[in-house]
Amino acid sequence: MFIAGFVIIGIIVLLVVVFIAMYNGLVGLRNQVKNAWAQIDVQLKRRHDLIPNLVESVKGYMQHERGTLEAVTNARASAVKAVDSGVAAQGKAEGELSQALGRLFAVAESYPDLKANQNFLALQEELTSTENKISFARQFYNDSVMKYNNQTQMFPSNIVASMGGFKAGEFFEVTVEAEREAPKVSFS
Amino acid sequence: MWEQIRDNQTRSAILVVTMGMLLLMLGALLGYALLGDWSAGLYIALLIWIIMTLVAYFQGDSILLSLANAKKIGPDDLPRLYNVVEEMKIACGLEKMPDIYLIDDPALNAFATGRDKNKTSVAVTSGLMERLNRDELQGVIGHEMSHIKNRDVLLMALCGVLLGAIVILAWYGSRFMLFGGMGGTRRSSGSGGGAAQLIIIVVAIALMILAPIMAQLIYYAISRKREYLADASSALYTRYPEGLASALEKIAASTEPLKSANKATAPMYIMNPFRKQGRAAEDLTSTHPPISERIRILRGMAGQYSLDYYDRAFSSVHKGGGNVIPASTLAGAAALAPAAAAKAAAPAEGIPALTERRRETTDALWKLNDYRPVTCECGMKFKIPPDYAAESFQCPRCGRTNKLS
Repeated sequence: MFIAGFVIIGIIVLLVVVFIAMYNGLVGLRNQVKNAWAQIDVQLKRRHDLIPNLVESVKGYMQHERGTLEAVTNARASAVKAVDSGVAAQGKAEGELSQALGRLFAVAESYPDLKANQNFLALQEELTSTENKISFARQFYNDSVMKYNNQTQMFPSNIVASMGGFKAGEFFEVTVEAEREAPKVSFS
Repeated sequence: MWEQIRDNQTRSAILVVTMGMLLLMLGALLGYALLGDWSAGLYIALLIWIIMTLVAYFQGDSILLSLANAKKIGPDDLPRLYNVVEEMKIACGLEKMPDIYLIDDPALNAFATGRDKNKTSVAVTSGLMERLNRDELQGVIGHEMSHIKNRDVLLMALCGVLLGAIVILAWYGSRFMLFGGMGGTRRSSGSGGGAAQLIIIVVAIALMILAPIMAQLIYYAISRKREYLADASSALYTRYPEGLASALEKIAASTEPLKSANKATAPMYIMNPFRKQGRAAEDLTSTHPPISERIRILRGMAGQYSLDYYDRAFSSVHKGGGNVIPASTLAGAAALAPAAAAKAAAPAEGIPALTERRRETTDALWKLNDYRPVTCECGMKFKIPPDYAAESFQCPRCGRTNKLS
């Protein structure tokens, strides 16, 4: 009787410890997802800030490419507007912006003066890097979401997750096909 | 990634304990053989260990960087390098940006230091900056960042210290035995027990010879394993194993020796700075796996980048000779591999050509040495040395007088 009591208490203590460990693990993963998202956000903002400078420095050289420049400006405007409208919508808008930028840099190929401009070259490096940073941040974010979702859906941590109100995270998908083919802005 | 670090931690704990026991055993035996006292030798060994560990922990990275003659650079000195490091920092989810150092050396090499996640640094040679294109640089930096992320740097520093302590102790022990005689033991022996003492002395001598070799072999084995893991992680972070593979190819092809490297710091580099030309076989006394094999494994991944693809490529190169990635890590990582590596399709464009990269790197080096860049109106570019006293100079091409502000 006495021993049975100890065994029961022991089991209860063990369950509580396991519960706490799982709960804290989930909180850690959720925070990592949040942090990863913040990283993407920083880089997207940086890109939004760089584009007006780019358009400004390119304008003088590319008189005949008004359509391309306008497409970039418009895509940027709608990407800025989509900032608070959820992961899916933002992914779509940013994907379109990447595509518009890609077209602009492709067109810039045929302007040798532009390619000799130091300011343009510096901006080019900044934008390539920002583009890479966005895709690396997205990569890390999606990996984090995958881990977090696995934990919230797998047994037995899913019990803890449903009790603690942990909702599954959303992947940051690229909706524009063209970007998937060439994630790097290419301009030589 | 957590499993990887946890696995690393248990393994490093076992390793450090093993090497520590070896050190203490050596100390105790030498103490008994030389001074006739177990504990004295034990305390001396312990003291050497503690002092060296403290120095390595708090000063290790600055000592390493100053030995390598590395200069710290900011975001504006070499934007490409800074950006690539930041990209890799984001890819591996490190919280704090490492400090970046440039080593003025035509050899192609790089290393990472840092005892914890808040104080890390990455150093690359100017030769590396000149020769590698952006994708290759990314692969190398990814390799270094994964050393930081997997806490290899701390592990190798702790092991290096133990190895050093053992070597020092064995060296001094042997000198004492040779030149100091073994009077101590005879003095303390008192009555009898001569046979037992002789055995202990023999064991002490044997350990003195074997301990440094054993410690070194453990150290090298661990170092090689960490290199494979760092290669695999680099492929995972960059999603582009070919970048690192072609960087390793270029590094292997270069024959410039690294001037500032020494034996103790060798495992920190991406490439063993003391490698002999043409050595292909796996060697027990090497800190790094043979480069041709590292390239073959990376190419064997066929554009895939997840850890289990690296593991598969590794075992196909090794013909069933064990695995490199801990099984616990693979269980979680398998799901992370999407169908195709998107990057493989993208051509390596947007990369400045060799001459441009060379100019960029040398400009940064001039700047780091406090030379001021001045451009004359005629387009001539000058580097003004820091000890140039006059307030202006005349351009030799157009004859204009340029003022220095």
